[in-house]
Amino acid sequence: MAQATQTVDVEDLKPRFGEALRKDERPGYEGYLIAPDRLTEFAMALRDELKYDLLSSVTGVDYLPEDMMEVVYHALRTSGGGPLAFKAQVPRANPVVPSLVPVYPGADFQEREAWDLFGIRFEGHPDLRRILMWEGFEGHPMRKDWHEAYYEEEGKPFKNRWPEGKVYRIEDKVPYGHNVAFPPEFSVEGWTPEGDTALYAGLGKITSKDNGHEEGLDTDEIVVNLGPQHPSTHGVFRMVAKLSGETIVDLKPVMGYLHRNHEKIGERNTYLMNMPFTDRLDYFSSMSNNFGYALAVEKLMGIKPPERAEYIRVMMAELTRIANHLAAIGFLLNDLGAYFTPVLYALEERELILDVFEATSGSRMMCNYYRFGGVARDLPEGVLEKVRALVFERLPRRIDDLDRYLSGNEIVQVRGFGVGVLTPEKAIAYSATGPLLRASGVPYDIRRAEPYSIYDRFEFDVAVRYHGDVYDRYLIRMDEMRQSLRILQQVVRDIPGGEIQTGKPQYQVRVPAGESYGRVEGPKGELGYYLVSNGKPNPWRYHVRAPSFINLTSLGELCRGNKVADTVVILGSIDIVLGEVDR
Amino acid sequence: MFGTGILKGLGVTLKHFVGSYVDDIRWLGRRYFNDEALKVRQGPKGTGVFTVQYPEEKLPVPEEFRFIPFLVYDEGAEGQREIRCTSCGICAKVCPPQCIWIERSNDPQSGRPIPTPKEFFIDIDICMNCGLCSEYCPFDAIKMDHDYELASFHRHAEHIFNMDRLLQPASYYASIRPTNYAREEAARAEKEAAKAARKHEA
Repeated sequence: MAQATQTVDVEDLKPRFGEALRKDERPGYEGYLIAPDRLTEFAMALRDELKYDLLSSVTGVDYLPEDMMEVVYHALRTSGGGPLAFKAQVPRANPVVPSLVPVYPGADFQEREAWDLFGIRFEGHPDLRRILMWEGFEGHPMRKDWHEAYYEEEGKPFKNRWPEGKVYRIEDKVPYGHNVAFPPEFSVEGWTPEGDTALYAGLGKITSKDNGHEEGLDTDEIVVNLGPQHPSTHGVFRMVAKLSGETIVDLKPVMGYLHRNHEKIGERNTYLMNMPFTDRLDYFSSMSNNFGYALAVEKLMGIKPPERAEYIRVMMAELTRIANHLAAIGFLLNDLGAYFTPVLYALEERELILDVFEATSGSRMMCNYYRFGGVARDLPEGVLEKVRALVFERLPRRIDDLDRYLSGNEIVQVRGFGVGVLTPEKAIAYSATGPLLRASGVPYDIRRAEPYSIYDRFEFDVAVRYHGDVYDRYLIRMDEMRQSLRILQQVVRDIPGGEIQTGKPQYQVRVPAGESYGRVEGPKGELGYYLVSNGKPNPWRYHVRAPSFINLTSLGELCRGNKVADTVVILGSIDIVLGEVDR
Repeated sequence: MFGTGILKGLGVTLKHFVGSYVDDIRWLGRRYFNDEALKVRQGPKGTGVFTVQYPEEKLPVPEEFRFIPFLVYDEGAEGQREIRCTSCGICAKVCPPQCIWIERSNDPQSGRPIPTPKEFFIDIDICMNCGLCSEYCPFDAIKMDHDYELASFHRHAEHIFNMDRLLQPASYYASIRPTNYAREEAARAEKEAAKAARKHEA
């Protein structure tokens, strides 16, 4: 792809921006601070001159003591390398920043999320509505002075658990119905939700004779809701489509039905307590979730796990990738109408991988296995032999079997070729990551672009496909499983003995003040954790850059011009997990 | 030719279909309800039908499997319960959903705290089975159980486990986690020996 010969650096932009652009010099922080009124111009320069073409993460931080809100952006070059952080600071009383959607369309959902949870207004955003909370919700829950319904204390551990632990149920103290507060003069009976009107109004109109709409033929447009209760959505997820005949004119996803404010919970938790909570994000690949979070905290603490732990980590992460892709392919075939035979063949292999997880971590899906500076426990006896049998014999054979079974199938091909095409330019613009980006011909894989852990010592290829359609997104998962097997074979061959934890295991880790962004190439894309620590036992800010959520930004683009029946397949080919989308 | 891909795919399903019978014949009627066969069926070399006939057949859980925690007590010489827990509160502090409540007991005369807890509660509706309590317990007093069949009819009456419900003898612990138990006992014996040696020196 593009040669990494950029000589322009952010420093070179300084003369142009003067006072508006300065280095973030708070201790433990990195990146740049940019004045909000020059933000759009700065982003344009970043994208066009410095080639930071993919805006990976947008989030807000509420600095309550400083009476300030901060919007944190992470942009990266798809030609490789790490992300660049830049921030805009605004007063807490009136937090307004210009929207970056015109520059990076991928900021769309993330800015809506920041508006929803922090109340930061993004001027110029085309459709600034709540995204995770419902329309009509009062307040912005991620603000530090907002308290949840079952609020007990600012941070865990709660003081009434020990030594005077008088057990009670919170539901008995605050019974159902009393845990909701309404604004004054509000009556529930007299309220009609207006959210959907705004939603429907935001849908695009037929503007040309594209989309199978012939000029002069006066057709009606109709709005169809798919979901939230629909098996094809893999959870509770709703798609609102505007149709002309059977062709999709525009489509918007509606999410948040599974929202539990994971990040708020994370900020009440101590650092270690968050580890089992990360399992519940993308519950298909909890080991990867653990990995990213462990990296982010280790970066803040400045520690590294011992050699053996690194190998075990990589082994678990790659097994997770295989398990995830098996399920993704299986359920994609389900969406195609191959009802349950392929998915059961795929899940058979996944079960064997989960057996390995269960034997090492104690749980099949909620692994909670990684610790800061190592892993929870060493591999029990017999596990390595089982992994060896899997990665050298069983899995390669079974993946070939699956390939023979499905790849040549004419129905899969007809439903996949040219359906839901995402061009490389669009993929980058919409901040797609993971298989979605690589199937569009952009070979960006964090394991290669910015190797973390010990990925720099393994031999593997970055899988890439070029058509960007459903079929290529299916194929790329096959490719990635094979590459993961290659890595696993090297891991099993080279894994050394020794310690699995740096220092003594601690339940209360000391995390110095500062920020960190730890990211891994999760099975679904870039999984990033943005942490802000103020030196206390609980993180000040805990943000998850969820790949499933951000990959959905391109769903509308993917579906436009296709038939209704194809939305199901297109959604399946993105591979989302609602636990991560809604958080 | 159009359709060869489908035919090839159907060949794979046919292979699976035939394979299930081949595996039945291989075990000659002993394929089900047989621990030996279950192990092979569920292992990397397994072929044929993959499912388990629950609840007649159950997958054996590995040693590290974790479910709701329990408290360990040692059996004294006269059969009395010697509770290992010292109510130090680490488990309550490390518990992510904060489902552990501990009441420390005080000496009736001096009013000073004594190690054995007065009460110990775990709300199993809230417990997320993460295993952090047992991982960070310095006294090996709280451990994760293997019993996952806990469904009950009375959620409000039965789902807060008190100390009586939580206590299990060390022999039970040794039976579900033999390797861990042996390792911990060895470490403890070593510590005791070192302590005795130091006493001896002094």
